[in-house]
Amino acid sequence: MPEKRKGAVIFSEIMPYAGLKKALELGRSGVLSRIRDSGLRGRGGAGFPAGIKLNLVAAARSEKKYVVCNADEGEPGTFKDRVMLLEYPRLIFEGMAIAAFASGADTGFLYLRGEYKSFTGFLEGVLEGMRKENILGKAIMGRAGFDFDIEIKLGSGAYVCGEETALIESLEGNRGEPRNRPPFPVNTGYNGSPTVLNNVETFSNFAHIAYNGADWFKGFGTAKSTGTKLLSISGDCKRPGVYEVEFGSNISSVLKIAGGEDAKAVSAGASGEIVPRRHFSRMICFEDFSTGGAIIVFSKKRDIFEAVENFLKFFKDESCGQCTPCREGIPVLLEGLSMIRKGQCCQEYLNDLLSLSETMQIASKCGLGQSCPKPFISALQYFKREYRLSKTAKKEKEFYG
Amino acid sequence: MVKQCAVAKRTIKDGKEVVICDETRSRLLPVLQGIQRAKGYISDKDMQETADRFGIHPVEVYSVVTFYAFLTSGPKARHTIRISNCMSNIMAGSRKIEREFEKALKIKKGGAGKDKKIVLKETGCIGMCDNAPAALIDGELVGNITLRDVKEIVRKLQKGSLTRRGYA
Repeated sequence: MPEKRKGAVIFSEIMPYAGLKKALELGRSGVLSRIRDSGLRGRGGAGFPAGIKLNLVAAARSEKKYVVCNADEGEPGTFKDRVMLLEYPRLIFEGMAIAAFASGADTGFLYLRGEYKSFTGFLEGVLEGMRKENILGKAIMGRAGFDFDIEIKLGSGAYVCGEETALIESLEGNRGEPRNRPPFPVNTGYNGSPTVLNNVETFSNFAHIAYNGADWFKGFGTAKSTGTKLLSISGDCKRPGVYEVEFGSNISSVLKIAGGEDAKAVSAGASGEIVPRRHFSRMICFEDFSTGGAIIVFSKKRDIFEAVENFLKFFKDESCGQCTPCREGIPVLLEGLSMIRKGQCCQEYLNDLLSLSETMQIASKCGLGQSCPKPFISALQYFKREYRLSKTAKKEKEFYG
Repeated sequence: MVKQCAVAKRTIKDGKEVVICDETRSRLLPVLQGIQRAKGYISDKDMQETADRFGIHPVEVYSVVTFYAFLTSGPKARHTIRISNCMSNIMAGSRKIEREFEKALKIKKGGAGKDKKIVLKETGCIGMCDNAPAALIDGELVGNITLRDVKEIVRKLQKGSLTRRGYA
């Protein structure tokens, strides 16, 4: 195990299970209001307020409720969940138990991506230890009626299962295809019951918020993005790894931590923007430079459009194929990109490609299709010097026959 | 009437044995993962048998098997090497490692050798970007692979396995 990590919230010092103990003292309504007031937003990427989710499930009337932890991180360039699962598993499970207490759920699942299958033995051991300590099981910490247990479910190598409704489909034993939303999982989740579904990192914040209170948590970050963010930094930097930074930190300060100061550009993962050096003053938060956790650093020698092509190829493989804008749009963007790289694309066709990207962002059913054109659009916008459009011959007609 | 299925839970209620069939569908993926682990692939016969156990049409099982990358329907080799092809890995030189594997195994990416022992595939990000280049070998994450490591890995796999038995 590496040296102890340092950070403001998630990596800050906390006694084991202090959060859960405090939660039991506060009572259900106390926990619900703490998490709501903290302004904690889902860390998977979409940024939906976790407190609202929790409150909706708590308010729902149902005999059965579930808590599901999404450990299916598949976003290229992200590995923060791997570090959390291996180094802070108790914090995650404690967060799930707090969510279960607040919402009234008694069954939990950890949906672990197939790539992390080798962690199952270790995680099962941790769960068994927690059962012995009475943090899981019946009458947790002596509180009668508070029963909760967690089961590990394995994915089988499908990126789209990181989308919450696809994850539920996969848990139910189906193809991992996203559902139409609404209804949302808070009403109709696993087996049709209300389900609290959050990312590993989101659950890791629960114990800290329950213990320290909402105001403490709001002291970090910006007004609309409270708290901190775990960043998985990789690529052309000296010290790749997972770092906890406050929301509102700018890109250059993050690069300094990881030793990537002379970067030409950074990418917020395959479904995030690619930002050039002149924009490194932008802030990492939901309202400005939003990232699901990935920061891929590109040095001067890298070809940005090669990266975009890599990302789009990844999405082409991983698209579930259910809805047309995503399934048909990605191959067209890929083809267009290779034309751009060869200098065979004209302005008219480029405009068509950009309008197609916009359509995909609006009309796709889930986050995969909605966010996959982001690197394409931002690369074309910010790196105009790195591609040339054809001014001769190639007119619109030729592309459409 | 209670529907009979092999994976149903049996409990005693009011002195009688009752078979509960709910939640069985959610066991489909674990059952298929179990077959994959045991045999290395899921044959048509397995799909038919699984469908019978769950009381569903075999095509539903087929649709699930073909959806997930780690469930395979064709006969395959005993060991699987999946090299990550995400951007961080490519920047760290995963293409070179891939070629080295191809050379050492005398196969092309996507295929298995004549002895059906080792298959080489590429996969998306496996969450090891900080330890790139990385690969998923029989379900184990292996990072910081150097050109020198390749021969060692191949030798170990051909002899027996990297850590334990094969079949991811």
